Amino acid sequence: MSGAAGTTMVQALNTALRDALREDPDVHLLGEDIGALGGVFRVTDGLAAEFGTQRCLDTPLAEAGILGTAVGMAMYGLRPVVEMQFDAFAYPAFEQLASHVAKMRNRTAGRLPLPVTIRIPYGGGIGGVEHHSDSSEAYYAHTPGLHVVTPATVADGYGLLRAAIASDNPVVFLEPKRLYWSSERFPPTAVAPIGQAVVRRPGTDATLLTYGPSLPVCLRAAEAASAEGLELAVVDLRSLVPFDDETVCAAVRATGRAVVVHESAGFAGMGAEIAARVTERCFHHLAAPVLRVTGLDIPYPPPLLEHHYLPGVDRILDAVARLQWEQ
Amino acid sequence: MTILDANTTPGLAGQPSSHGPRRDAAPLLPEREPVRVLGTEAAGTVDPDLLRDLHRRLVLGRRFNQQATTLARQGSLAVYPSSTGQEACQIAAAMVLRETDWLFPTYRDTLAVMARGVAPMDVLALMRGHTHCGYDPRRYRTAPLSTPLATQACHAVGLAHAARLRAAGDPGGGHDVVALALIGDGGTSEGDFHEALTFAGVLNAPVVFLVQNNGYAISVPLTRQSAAPTLAHKAVGYGITGRLVDGNDAPAVHAVLGAAVEHARSGRGPVLVEAITYRLDAHTSADDATRYRTSEEVEAWRARDPLTLLERHLRGAGLLDDAGLAAVTAAAEELAASMRAAVARADTPDPRSLFSHVYAEPTSQLREQAAALAARLADEASTPATPATPAEAQA
Repeated sequence: MSGAAGTTMVQALNTALRDALREDPDVHLLGEDIGALGGVFRVTDGLAAEFGTQRCLDTPLAEAGILGTAVGMAMYGLRPVVEMQFDAFAYPAFEQLASHVAKMRNRTAGRLPLPVTIRIPYGGGIGGVEHHSDSSEAYYAHTPGLHVVTPATVADGYGLLRAAIASDNPVVFLEPKRLYWSSERFPPTAVAPIGQAVVRRPGTDATLLTYGPSLPVCLRAAEAASAEGLELAVVDLRSLVPFDDETVCAAVRATGRAVVVHESAGFAGMGAEIAARVTERCFHHLAAPVLRVTGLDIPYPPPLLEHHYLPGVDRILDAVARLQWEQ
Repeated sequence: MTILDANTTPGLAGQPSSHGPRRDAAPLLPEREPVRVLGTEAAGTVDPDLLRDLHRRLVLGRRFNQQATTLARQGSLAVYPSSTGQEACQIAAAMVLRETDWLFPTYRDTLAVMARGVAPMDVLALMRGHTHCGYDPRRYRTAPLSTPLATQACHAVGLAHAARLRAAGDPGGGHDVVALALIGDGGTSEGDFHEALTFAGVLNAPVVFLVQNNGYAISVPLTRQSAAPTLAHKAVGYGITGRLVDGNDAPAVHAVLGAAVEHARSGRGPVLVEAITYRLDAHTSADDATRYRTSEEVEAWRARDPLTLLERHLRGAGLLDDAGLAAVTAAAEELAASMRAAVARADTPDPRSLFSHVYAEPTSQLREQAAALAARLADEASTPATPATPAEAQA
């Protein structure tokens, strides 16, 4: 599915769901408003018409019930794909996620794996009112048993979602709302591997480590730095769990300087984990401490103030400037 | 005809059709008094073999509860939540299911799980601390004992729904499955109970909810838990049939649950059964029930012990003699002895199994942690035990 202007992230996700539904009769979608409406972001547009309302099921407005029902469906051998309407609306399902989805394989010694994909639109930058802009990835990444992935490109929107649905692990699939309408020229067709970070821009002077909605910001920062003579490498993590230490560490060792960039709050966030891992593994290659550029440690602000919260090019370049170049 | 009469559905006269037809609540309402069989004329019509089978299973279940409680006191189990007094509900729940049906138990439903065919000590693996679930859920079509209350009710709905989807594509493929979810009175206050019943009603899933109302959620009595007329009435708000049964009357529970399961299997919708019973033991081996209930109350319920009620009937009807009782008691003692023997066999779980089933494939981080643990274990195995402190070394 693509138009004259190329393929958007929404279209890529829609195609991934359609292809999965076509190829595997066990794949079932369930969520709020995903049928006739096609989802509030239209990611499931046309799927109920093509595959029927049972395989693209409009559920009652009850997130724990949605995920709990998906658990039971997976126990019977189906491969449910759940849509949570917004990041903050997924919190009622957290008990099902933490106590059952994440643990069922482990507590049954591998006898009852749950191949459930949980799609969650996340992050801000879209002018959303309260409870529509949370970045909740750290909660999920901190829960053993879950894979947590997030695409930053249209191609990965397709490729990672296909991989998530095909995976026998439960996968939290975080969709950056801000990138839903980003587009690429060619419609994506390839499955992307879970657990592999990718270098989006090579660089020799410092390495930006980022994911999801912050990738385009980092690429713009790298472009700006290049104009001033600094070549920044940009790594797109893609998969928060499993974490690709190898690619990340190789990219950091190559430059000796690193900045982690994400829009969720910094305290006890992914950046803390990444900075610690990089320091533990690359200490002797580092010319400066690993820095973080993140959202502020406040509840997500009202939309008219969100640009102060979100990491921007200036804050990233400020951090790069603080990487002890004087030595 | 007024404008309000236009565009109506039969069930909702005078309003536009958007809200769907209204359903009549009356057929969903539970009975005014709990269904009883023992002590009524109906008792004489129950198959004697069924009654004897129920009795035998109740005796075994009672002995299992007693032995497990003792093992917990002796430290062989980390804890044990006894269902003494609730055996009729536990046993009947398992007996009314076919092998292809699924049971979704809570931590207190060990007897129901054993009645599904799981070996006694495998049922107790969770309490022994060896593993979180000692049996294969797929083999026994029995979910792991659920500790987060009411969460398993949602799973029952999902599984029942999935089975019905499969049945639609494969009629005659053995997918006429019913899921039975066990819940306590306290569990009906949980949000997941509400959501499970909502989904069950909307999906018309072949699922039965059995609420074992034992009067207490640990220490909090039912009056502090719910202002509902009965817990069975809760069904009506979800468009589900509610039933009320005496949970200490084994043939009554068996009959009502059996009817509920076949109701669900035939596509007529989910059923919520409230069984009124009593937990004669404390909440667990770690609980002190004297802090929240009187011995008079316990004694009053002891007079309504499900085992006593059934035994009295069997004796009165000439269906059980001393020899028969002795045989059942001997079987129960054999069960208890096998449980004692099993815990006496010291088997410690292999710590290397810690990393085995977190993901389909271990992550590189887990492989690192597993290697570190293996190295430490190898060190411990090769190093002679050394005194831990200087003081110990001198002693």
